[in-house]
Amino acid sequence: MSAEPSLIAAPAPELARPGANAMRRLLRNPAVLIGGTVLLIMALIGLLAPFLGTMDPGAINPATRNKKPGFERTIRADDGSSKVFVHKMGTDSLGRDVYSRVVYGARVSLIIAVSVAACSVFLGLIIGLLAGYIRALDGVIMRVMDGLMAIPAILLAIAVVSLFRAGLAAVIVAIIVPEIPRVVRLVRSIVLSVREEPYVEAAIMQGTRVPLLLVRHILPNTIAPLIVQGTFIAASAILVEAILSFLGIGIPPETPTWGNIMAEGRSLFRIFPHNILYPGIFLGLTVLAVNMLGDGLRDTLDPKMAGR
Amino acid sequence: MNAEQPVLEITGLSISLPGGGDRKHAVEDVSFSVAPGEIVCVVGESGSGKSVTAFSVMGLLAKVLKPVAGSIRLEGEDLLSATPQRLRALRGDRMAMIFQEPMTALNPVLTIGDQIEEVLRIHTELGPEERRARVIDMMASMRLPDPERIHASYPHQISGGQRQRVMIAAALVLDPALLIADEPTTALDVTTQAQILKLIKELQGRRGTGVLFITHDFGVVAEIADRVVVMEQGRVVEQGPAEQVLKAPQHPYTRMLIAAVPSLKPALRQPMTGPMALETIGLGKTYRSGGLFQKQRSVVAASQVDIKLRRGETVGIVGESGSGKTTVARCVARLMPPSEGAILVPDIDIAMLPERRLRPYRRKIQVVFQDPFRSLNPRRTVGDSIIEGPVNFGLAPAQALERARGLMSLVGLQPQALDRYPHQFSGGQRQRIAIARALAMEPEILIADEAVSALDVSVQRQVLNLLADVQEKFNLAILFITHDLRVAAQICDRIVVMEKGVIVEQGPTGAVFSAPAHAYTKALIEAAPGKSFGL
Repeated sequence: MSAEPSLIAAPAPELARPGANAMRRLLRNPAVLIGGTVLLIMALIGLLAPFLGTMDPGAINPATRNKKPGFERTIRADDGSSKVFVHKMGTDSLGRDVYSRVVYGARVSLIIAVSVAACSVFLGLIIGLLAGYIRALDGVIMRVMDGLMAIPAILLAIAVVSLFRAGLAAVIVAIIVPEIPRVVRLVRSIVLSVREEPYVEAAIMQGTRVPLLLVRHILPNTIAPLIVQGTFIAASAILVEAILSFLGIGIPPETPTWGNIMAEGRSLFRIFPHNILYPGIFLGLTVLAVNMLGDGLRDTLDPKMAGR
Repeated sequence: MNAEQPVLEITGLSISLPGGGDRKHAVEDVSFSVAPGEIVCVVGESGSGKSVTAFSVMGLLAKVLKPVAGSIRLEGEDLLSATPQRLRALRGDRMAMIFQEPMTALNPVLTIGDQIEEVLRIHTELGPEERRARVIDMMASMRLPDPERIHASYPHQISGGQRQRVMIAAALVLDPALLIADEPTTALDVTTQAQILKLIKELQGRRGTGVLFITHDFGVVAEIADRVVVMEQGRVVEQGPAEQVLKAPQHPYTRMLIAAVPSLKPALRQPMTGPMALETIGLGKTYRSGGLFQKQRSVVAASQVDIKLRRGETVGIVGESGSGKTTVARCVARLMPPSEGAILVPDIDIAMLPERRLRPYRRKIQVVFQDPFRSLNPRRTVGDSIIEGPVNFGLAPAQALERARGLMSLVGLQPQALDRYPHQFSGGQRQRIAIARALAMEPEILIADEAVSALDVSVQRQVLNLLADVQEKFNLAILFITHDLRVAAQICDRIVVMEKGVIVEQGPTGAVFSAPAHAYTKALIEAAPGKSFGL
C-alpha cells in the first residue's frame, strides 16, 4: 500500500538483557536450588574445616584405634589442663579422627570436581570448535577422540596416574583426559549445526575472520550445554577420584580424601562400618547435589530437553 | 446458499490467549459456516488467528488456549462440549485434517500403506484384504502413479507432492463430512500446488465434502474458494462468495491484501546499459559425498550457468526446489566454492580465490537471506550486527555506529532501535535490518535469496519497495532468487529460468512472461494460482 509509515517505531527498550531472565528462572527451579545449597554447604565445610571442631586429620594415636562414633578422649595439654575431645564419627585403624578426615576430605573432592570440570570443558571446547569448524582437522581429531573413548575411563586414568608420581595433579590430569572426548563431541555437534545458521553465513559475508567468527557467533551457543555437561563431569570426577583413592592409586593415603578414608576402612568394614559409612554419605550427597544442579540447569538453560 | 444443514457451523467463537500476549483473544467472535460440497477459504496474514480456528475445530488446541465463548457444530453436534473420546471418534471419521508440511506429518518408519490403513484399522471393522483394496483404490483416485509400489514405500522415497496426495488420501479414505486443510500447498512448488489444488477441488466435488481451507495466498483463494472468510487480528473482517470478495472487496483490510498481491503482468522496463557488475561463465557445482568407507556419490546441482548482471539492474533467478537457483547464489556469494566456471566481478575471477584473497570482494557482494528469524544473531544487538562488517574492514566503531543510524532511517526504522535485540522486531522489520546490514558494507552487488518469501504479502510489498529504493540510491546490481513468479514479474529487469541445475530460458521480464519460449517456463506461468481472477 502507499500509506507506508516513514519510520517504524522502535520497540520498547527491555529492562534486562536476555541473560538476566535466565538467572531468575534458575533460582525458581527446585533442583537447582536444593543442589546448589547442598554444594554451597559442602564448599563451606571444606573451606572452614579448621574451625568446625576438628583436629589434625593426619594425627595418629595408637591408643585410640578403631573406636566407635561418640568415643570420648581426654587430651592433656602441656600446661597440665585437659579437655575432652569427642570422636563424633569414631576413629580409624590408626587412631585418626574420622570426622576431621571427612571434613578435610571435602576440600580435595571439591578441588578435583571444579578443576577437572573447568579444564576438561575448556580444552574440549577449543578442540571441539576446531574440529567442528575446520573440516581438514575434523577427521583426525575425531578419530583420536574415538580412540580415547574406546578405552574405559578408569583404566585410562590408572594408566595416566602410573606415568606420574601419585598426587593431586596426577589424579586431576588422569580424570581430565578421558572426559575431554565427551566434551569435544558435544561442542563439535553444536558447531556443525550452528555453522549452517544464516547469521553465521551473514557474518562470513561481512568479512568476519574465522577466530572472531568462532568466538562471537558460534561459541555462545555452546555455553549453556557446556555448563550442564560441566556439572556432570564434576560429579563423575568426584566419583573417579574416590575410586582411584579406594584402589590405592590416587592421592597418597596420608592426605584425607573420601576415597582414601573408605579404602582405609575397607578391611574392618564388618566390625567398624562407620569408617566407610560417613565418607560414603558425604560422597553420595555431594554427587547427588551436583547431578541435581546439572539436571536443573539443563531444564532451565535448554528448555527443549526439559522433562526428559 | 444451501438449504441443508451446514457441515460446520462456528458461531461467536472466542478463544482467549494466556496473559502477556499482545492481545487478549487469539480469535474473537468468529462466526462462519461450511455447507456440504463447499470450499470455504479462511485467509489472513500471520497472527490473524486462522490456524487457531482450524485447530479448535479439530480439538487440537494447545492447552493454554481456551475457548471462552461461542460454539462449534459439526453436522449439528457441539464439538466444544464433546468428550475427548467422542472427539477422537469424530476425527478421521467425520472430520479430517491435512497439514502444511507433508514430510513431518508422516511417520518416517512406517510404510505409506500402513499409515493410510491405520485410519481404517481404528475406525472400521474391515479385514486386511479389504483395507488394502480400499487404500489402493483411494490412492489411484489421488492419481498417485503405481499405487501398489507407493503402498509399500516409505515417506522419504516419494516426492513432496506425492506425500501431500498421500495425506489427502488418508484424510478422505473414510469419506469425512469436513476436510480441514491448513496451508496444504504452501510448502510445495507452484506446478505441484496447481495439481494438488485441482485434485482437492475435484475430489470434494465428487464426494460432497465440505472443505475449510486455511491459506495466506490470495492466488490460491482465487483458484479454489467458493466462499471467503477474511481474518485480521483474530476477527472476521469480511466474508462472502469468492467472486464478490475478490472482485469487490468491502473492508479496507481485504482491499489492502488483494492490492498487495504482486501482479503477474510485468511493468514495462527499459533495458539496463550500466557497466557490468557480475558475470558468471560456465558456472557449475557438483556436490560430492562419501569418504573413506562410503561409495563416492555426486550430485550435479548446477552446470553451465551463464548470467550477466549490470549495475542498477535486477536479474531474477526463478525455479522450483532443486532447480539450482540457491546453489548459484551461494557460489556467487562464495559461501561455497563452485566446482567449475568463472565468476567475474567484473574483471577479476573470484570463483576459486582462497578466503584470504577473497576478502576485498566480500565488501562488494552482500546477501539478504530468506529467514529473517535466523539471519540475525539473537545474542547481539541490531547495532552490533550492522557495524560488524565495517568494523571488520577497519572502520572505527563510533563512525560505523553513526553510519548505522543513517542506514536505520534509510530502511525505515528508528535509529534508537540499534541497541535492541532481534527478537523484539517483527519479521518484516528484521528483513529491513538485514538489508541495512548488507548496505553498511557499501556493496555493488546484492543477492536476495528468497528475501521476501517468508513475509506476509503486505510486508512483502514494503520490503520490495525498499529494495527498489536502495537500488536506485546506490546503483546496486541485484541478483534476486525466488520461486515466486509474481514477485519476479514486479521487481526484475531480466529473468533467468532454471530447471534441474541448468538455465532453460533467460531474457527481459516482459518477453519471458508474454512469450515464454521453453515448455517449463510456460508450465510455471500456467501454474501460478489466481490467474483467472486477473490477480
